[in-house]
Amino acid sequence: MSVLLIAEHNNKELRPFTYNAVSAASIIDEDLHILVLGNKSQSVAKSASEIPNVKKVIHVDNEIYENFIAENYTSAIIKHADTYSHIVCSANTFGKNLMPRIAALLDTSQVSDIIKVISADTFLRPIYAGNAFATVKSNDKKKCITIRPTSFEPAPATGGSAEIVKSDAGEAFQNSKFVKREEIKSDRPELGTARIVISGGRGMQNSENFKLISAIADKLNAAIGASRAAVDAGYITNDHQVGQTGKVVVPDLYIAVGISGAIQHLAGMKESKIIVAINKDGEAPIFSVADYGLEADLFEALPQFLEELNKLNTIQK
Amino acid sequence: MKILVAVKRVIDYNVQVRVKEDGTGVVTDNVKMSTNPPDDNAVEEAVKIKESGKAKEIVAITIGEEKAQETVRKALAVGADRGILVKVDGVVEPLAVSKILQKIVDKEKPDLVFMGKQAIDDDCNQTGQMLAALLSWPQATFASKINVKESSLEVTREVDEGLETIEVNIPAIVTCDLRLNEPRYASLPNIMKAKKKPLEQINASDLGVDTKARIEQIKVEEPPKRKAGIKVANVSELVQKLKNEAKVI
Repeated sequence: MSVLLIAEHNNKELRPFTYNAVSAASIIDEDLHILVLGNKSQSVAKSASEIPNVKKVIHVDNEIYENFIAENYTSAIIKHADTYSHIVCSANTFGKNLMPRIAALLDTSQVSDIIKVISADTFLRPIYAGNAFATVKSNDKKKCITIRPTSFEPAPATGGSAEIVKSDAGEAFQNSKFVKREEIKSDRPELGTARIVISGGRGMQNSENFKLISAIADKLNAAIGASRAAVDAGYITNDHQVGQTGKVVVPDLYIAVGISGAIQHLAGMKESKIIVAINKDGEAPIFSVADYGLEADLFEALPQFLEELNKLNTIQK
Repeated sequence: MKILVAVKRVIDYNVQVRVKEDGTGVVTDNVKMSTNPPDDNAVEEAVKIKESGKAKEIVAITIGEEKAQETVRKALAVGADRGILVKVDGVVEPLAVSKILQKIVDKEKPDLVFMGKQAIDDDCNQTGQMLAALLSWPQATFASKINVKESSLEVTREVDEGLETIEVNIPAIVTCDLRLNEPRYASLPNIMKAKKKPLEQINASDLGVDTKARIEQIKVEEPPKRKAGIKVANVSELVQKLKNEAKVI
């Protein structure tokens, strides 16, 4: 048995969730190899080789991998698939887009979004927006798996020195073309890995009011999240959405402001360690998952909250 | 241009799903079923493209038990021209669904295949990508904007970092995000008219696709419950609790 993990990166460094996926992959089997497909991505291959759990890095460097187009990735991955029992990657938009394309060509029924490795063929995964957990056993010879990154601790980044093996590019796919990427740059921690997340919902009423949220996020060094309702209404961009069809977050502290708590939103945050809900509707379902609920008008509560935080001078960063 | 739209019948998104006591699955008896929400967006987008004069025909397809045809009827009521039900009982994994869709694509020869990005029951997020692989077609997943050009589509995709735009040549597969559009409601006259639109029934077994499950569901259980929380009286109590009790700030 051996596991091939597809690295997610930006041609300069590994994306953080790759380290979480490494943890899960090395529970499946210790013989873990990483495949880096990129363009001018030597530094990525080097970082991958420094992860102690990694036994070998396969590095394919070619301009066709510059923008991580799944169609181009697939032919290269299939070329290497033969010798592996498992092919894995993170269950974020990168892995969700990519893995089924590989699985179909290998005639494997993919296991998506696992949250626990029970054995090399048996996994736990949430279904119905996390309202049920299914234990599933894959009977395919070769297994294609995506890993929910927030369910596994990140693997250590340094200390290893795996060999890096260069390999040739696969065939380029002619019918897909990258046009542009609009990445929203922020100095705040990444939503997926932040220790504290503060999210706003429909109750925020407009995008201007999200300033109340960002002031507190600045104070707590928190990431900013949002419910689908807030994103749909245009208060904030889609990269902030937490929920069944957005991001899944598991921070130490999640503060839900003006969010009613639809099942679909809860799916993205209810594993958080401590949940705070601020909502003026005392019956809102968000209170059913909150450790601390404050029934209050957010426009009064948020400025007070900031004021109280300013009084504390021991906020952990 | 011809568009094939795949729709799935799932437990309605408003229903609080309950796990069966014997651990074999979730309760579906007497539970409201609906079309998988992003599949409604897929139908809506196809209808809009047809209304703009860029598509001639929309075929709606579902795969499942007899009752699954309700979702096709709903698609017909908002503008699809004809429907297909591929009948198969029990759980059909995305791999088998994509193989069935491949057979239908071979027969119907659509220029585009649309579907939701993910079904809200099994949350797999696989079918569109798998179908694209089997057909060697390009895939535009998690689409929140589609611009139909002469022989290609320009698609804006919702990705973790923000938005990404790609161009895919037709024929192509698009999986739709909830933000792609706002699905319309079917009017009563259109619901009546939809009953007269053709709906072909095909048995999955006649297509020569093996639909046997490859993944064994060993058990389904409730997720661990959260401990009941408390209500705090005011902001200063909240901050004190977060600092001294939960120790998270």
